[in-house]
Amino acid sequence: MDVSQYLEIFLDETNEHLQNLNTQILSLEQDPENMDTINEIFRAAHSLKGMAGTMGYKRMQTLTHDMENVFSEVRNGNIKVKADMIDVLFQCLDALEEYNTNIRESSDEGTNDNGALIKRLNDIMGGDSGETSASEPQAQAPQAQQAAAAAGGGFAGIKLNESQQSVLSEAIKQGKSVYGLTVKVQESCILKAARAFLVFKAIEETSEIIVSDPSSQDIEDEKFDLHFSLVIVSEAALDQVLKAAGAVSEIEDVSGSVMNLEDVGTAEPEESHAAETTGAVSEATAETTPAEAAQTPSETAPAEAAQAPAPAAAPAVKKPPVNKPVVNRTVRVDIEKLDTLMNLVSELIIAKNSLVSASAMSGNSSQAVNEQIEYLESVTTSLHESVMKVRMVPIESTVNKFPRMVRDLQKKLGKKMELYMSGEETELDRTVVDQIGDPLMHLLRNSADHGLESAAVRKERGKPEVGSIFLDAYQDGNNVVIEVRDDGNGIDTKAVKNKAIERGVITPEQGEAMSEKEIINLLFNAGFSTAKVVSDVSGRGVGLDVVKSMIESLSGEVEVKSKLGEGSTWTIRLPLTLAIIQALMVEIGEEKYAIALGSIQTIEDILPSDVKLVQAKEVIQLRDLVIPLIRLNEILDIPSKKDPEENLVVVVVKKGDKLAGLVVDELIGQQEIVIKSLGKYISKCKIISGATVLGDGEVALILDANSLI
Amino acid sequence: MNSMNEVEELRPVGETTQFIVIKLGDEQYGIDIKYIDNIVRMQHITRVPKVDDYLKGVINLRGEVIPVMSIRIKMGLERDVETKSSRIIILKLEQQGTIGVIVDEVREVVTLENDRIEKVAYDSKDENANFLCGVGKSDGGLISLLDLNSVVLESV
Repeated sequence: MDVSQYLEIFLDETNEHLQNLNTQILSLEQDPENMDTINEIFRAAHSLKGMAGTMGYKRMQTLTHDMENVFSEVRNGNIKVKADMIDVLFQCLDALEEYNTNIRESSDEGTNDNGALIKRLNDIMGGDSGETSASEPQAQAPQAQQAAAAAGGGFAGIKLNESQQSVLSEAIKQGKSVYGLTVKVQESCILKAARAFLVFKAIEETSEIIVSDPSSQDIEDEKFDLHFSLVIVSEAALDQVLKAAGAVSEIEDVSGSVMNLEDVGTAEPEESHAAETTGAVSEATAETTPAEAAQTPSETAPAEAAQAPAPAAAPAVKKPPVNKPVVNRTVRVDIEKLDTLMNLVSELIIAKNSLVSASAMSGNSSQAVNEQIEYLESVTTSLHESVMKVRMVPIESTVNKFPRMVRDLQKKLGKKMELYMSGEETELDRTVVDQIGDPLMHLLRNSADHGLESAAVRKERGKPEVGSIFLDAYQDGNNVVIEVRDDGNGIDTKAVKNKAIERGVITPEQGEAMSEKEIINLLFNAGFSTAKVVSDVSGRGVGLDVVKSMIESLSGEVEVKSKLGEGSTWTIRLPLTLAIIQALMVEIGEEKYAIALGSIQTIEDILPSDVKLVQAKEVIQLRDLVIPLIRLNEILDIPSKKDPEENLVVVVVKKGDKLAGLVVDELIGQQEIVIKSLGKYISKCKIISGATVLGDGEVALILDANSLI
Repeated sequence: MNSMNEVEELRPVGETTQFIVIKLGDEQYGIDIKYIDNIVRMQHITRVPKVDDYLKGVINLRGEVIPVMSIRIKMGLERDVETKSSRIIILKLEQQGTIGVIVDEVREVVTLENDRIEKVAYDSKDENANFLCGVGKSDGGLISLLDLNSVVLESV
């Protein structure tokens, strides 16, 4: 059979486990004595090993196996966690990551054996426990123990028909053994059928499956609870089979025993048999792991064992609480399918808008029609919201790798620094989250490399020796803001200016006339780097311009504030949704435009005489604030149809803490609009962020308030 | 010569190209049919501010927003006059995506054997020649074949 269909799951899960390991090992570094962390690491390493083994990636399996051994020693208190050990472990994770990348690209793990790493791992253990093989049975112990725990499983209840019985007796005559197995899948397991398939596959390597309960068809269709039972014929020893099946990840335990033909009655399942087999199991497991009694890492085992002789058919014993994050019940969906769904919702909203305007046009809209339209409106709105929510994921998955990165940077740059993160749970559209990683990574590296001073300089300046980098994410209206902040040196505008002149980006005269802000913005120019020494961390001058263009391609913006000697703050502002927004429709001349409701602060009615001139620019005064006026008809080159004597309709929009008043001719009303891109072809117009199709089929343009301010 | 023609006739159909013949003013132009997605009647075009003159704006084509340009303005001819026979031809191009172009009239589809298409030499004096990739000889007279990529190319 072919495992390629499970490759995707394998890759995804490996990623999750690796991420988990990264996080856990980092916290282990902080708190080397924490038993929970060590257990969690052990579990993740064990699952990884099992998964790699099932998929046939031997090198990956060997490496994880040796890592697991080390953790197992740590868990047993035989070795202490040391800094160099953490380093080796991180290198192992990188190596695993490499395997994973290779597999993703070519479905082959590559040929790198990582012999040096394995040797170092063994050296770590060698110091205390002598030979590596000593830890082998220890690693297996928990498995075998679990096997004993859930004994008394359902295989005793399997009934065989005549032909199956004859197969079994034939096999026994040939000197093979007949085993009964009961496999319990973890409650959190999502793809039970796939797991069962992997178990089948693992068993079939050494044995022949005679019968299963439920039937293999039912198992394939996931028509089973958490247990399934098998009767197999094998030449291999029982513990070998158990081990093979237990190595599949998300399998809670596998129990089994040798079956005598008399045990498998064709008729009634008897209690006595169950008891008998249970006995056999404990015997079998006791044989395989003599060391078991000595090591009891899992406290829950005895409790489970006590419950084991419960009736075979009884549903799964309630799993005791484990210190493991509860896995949500999820379905993995191809993002393209979601896009299609999103497009259909957009179509539906356009159709609904058409209906609204058609009913308004016909004039004789009855109460009933209006009610139905309102109902339709609320349904489409919640439909849209749910689809949007489906696409939203926390930025956690992206930012989680940063602590590890900062740790590496610290070693590489020889500076002391600490990363503080907040708002990891902030949600963004999936496509945005996927793409925001690189720019953020770059800004962090930038802060670490250029921003923070070395410990000595920091001390001299009276700052704490350890530099701080902050990564904060939060929602601000219809935007999500991500800030990267450091308490380092800040941007030296003079150095930037000199560099820009030197590079020929600006002339010295231009440099004189530039404001500080403009100079800082020069950093976003292509081919610009002020680092005196080019390191492999940053400073190749391919960074900030890429950051800027990547963020702009996500319809976001990046801003920078800096104070020399105190640090810099990079602010990334991203739109929350990319597809459907609430907007205010306005009319200017004969044309209709949409302004995103999220950026609108207030709408004001202003007397023409209240418009004042400040530095030859029109402003209005609003509750102690002086707000610049922008006459949209001038910017958009449309003749206004309003009398200059009439009151002005001013839409006050905000961007961050800046305000501006947009003068329009008339307000049409609020509407839910579907954002459509104008396409690459019309990209010159910066003040238009997109277009939308109105109810009557006409296209209206969406004004980008941000670029107007 | 005779033998050549015989060989030509034996060639597979793939060696011919189909063009849609359109009119701009008095002249006939041909557009390679493989780029054409659709032909729609003239409809309201929403103007987009601050863009080049030849970009007329955007239209709604079954829920999609599609930019529309004027070949006339791009080629330096007189401005389009909307008539009953005016059409927007929706092109699908590899680089620029979907774009509509306004034409005065759509006449017919012609099939030209490739040996009846003559390349035009680049002539820096004749600006319009830059927009052509050849001239086709059909029964209905000469057809200037538009080089869509240069027609649609953004002027810098």
